[in-house]
Amino acid sequence: MKIDPIHQFNIEPLFTLGHIGNQTIAFTNSSLYMLVAVAIISLLMLASGTQLVPGRLQSVAEISYEFVASTIRSTAGAEGMKFFPLIFSLFMFICVSNLVGIIPYTFTISSHLIVTAALALLVFFTVLIYGVAKNGLKFFSIFVPHGVPGYILPLVMFIEILSFFLRPVSHSVRLFANMLAGHIALKVFAGFVAMLGFSLGALGWVGGVLPLALTVALYALEILVAFLQAYVFAILTCIYLNDAIHPGH
Amino acid sequence: MAESHGGAKSPAAGAHTEAEGGHGGGFPPFESSTYASQLVWLAIFFVALYVIVSKLALPKVGGAIEARQNKIEGDLAEAQTLKDQSDAALKAYESELASARTRAQAIGNESRDKANAQADAERKALEEQLAAKLAGAEKTIASTRAAAMSNVRGIAAEAAGQIVQQLTGVVPDAASVNAAVDASLKG
Repeated sequence: MKIDPIHQFNIEPLFTLGHIGNQTIAFTNSSLYMLVAVAIISLLMLASGTQLVPGRLQSVAEISYEFVASTIRSTAGAEGMKFFPLIFSLFMFICVSNLVGIIPYTFTISSHLIVTAALALLVFFTVLIYGVAKNGLKFFSIFVPHGVPGYILPLVMFIEILSFFLRPVSHSVRLFANMLAGHIALKVFAGFVAMLGFSLGALGWVGGVLPLALTVALYALEILVAFLQAYVFAILTCIYLNDAIHPGH
Repeated sequence: MAESHGGAKSPAAGAHTEAEGGHGGGFPPFESSTYASQLVWLAIFFVALYVIVSKLALPKVGGAIEARQNKIEGDLAEAQTLKDQSDAALKAYESELASARTRAQAIGNESRDKANAQADAERKALEEQLAAKLAGAEKTIASTRAAAMSNVRGIAAEAAGQIVQQLTGVVPDAASVNAAVDASLKG
């Protein structure tokens, strides 16, 4: 028995569409799970009815709506509701694809840095472009904190600017690394069960109870992480957008 | 996640991936040859999701929530109006009742006064009538008694004259009989 915890992240083309330069554009398992996430979200939001007394599916749709809306209102204010569709799409896309990805034999879209980086850069440029378009040069006052003595202001400004441009890095790596590490850990512990059983026989199967219990516990944790990372991504998006909406604060 | 061929079959699966994906056995998230496909499909599906969410999903769900909110507020407002109406009706009823009560009391007092006055007048008239009748009767009694008294005197005088005649055989003088009767009546 050999544990291969990396195999689950392989991108496998299902069919090839064409080439851009020397890059192959293929519909892959990753693309399939993006489609699955979009389909689940659309189904949840559109097929759930608009009854006065909501059913189960409609309750889930409305709770998602209210949850994201209240997150935006509390972090970016009422003006942040302009970005409600964007933040709702981000949150639901990440949350649903994370939760689908935690089902055995599926693929997790956000375990690839390129995807999370693309989403983080989308947020970064949205903040930058909207901030400059709305506030002009005043937007850059977010780099100049109030009440800092003049002699350390250049240092503080340097740190602020650096941290601003590092935002997409931390934003994307946080999600990517959490999903990647969680899935590897699960795979390793689940692999121990089979490895002990196949190599030590009956004794190994009995001994495998421990890693199995650990796998179950980790699985519960990963479900929490799947939701929590989507929430963290969404709330950080709100906080960054708040800078663009209210640069004075 | 825990895939079935993660164990014994993994070298074969790895080879399979290499053959199909064209990337060499490294760490999949850093296989740059897969980036273009992922980015293209991410862009397509995320834009599709954004359009669905912003044009269809959020207006629909938000509309349902708002409709419920409006319905609840409308119902509460309606309940408040109805309550106000019933309060007003109760107040009107109470004031009506109070005024009716005052009016009834006034009518009662008035009719009682009127009845008293009428009864007084009737009683007075009756008393006068009775007093007049009483006075007439007393007068009749007095005259009857006077007449009777004078008759008694005549009868006594006549009886005295006849007694004297029977006893003495002499017819007494009427004047002396009358004087004797008068003197004995005065007795």
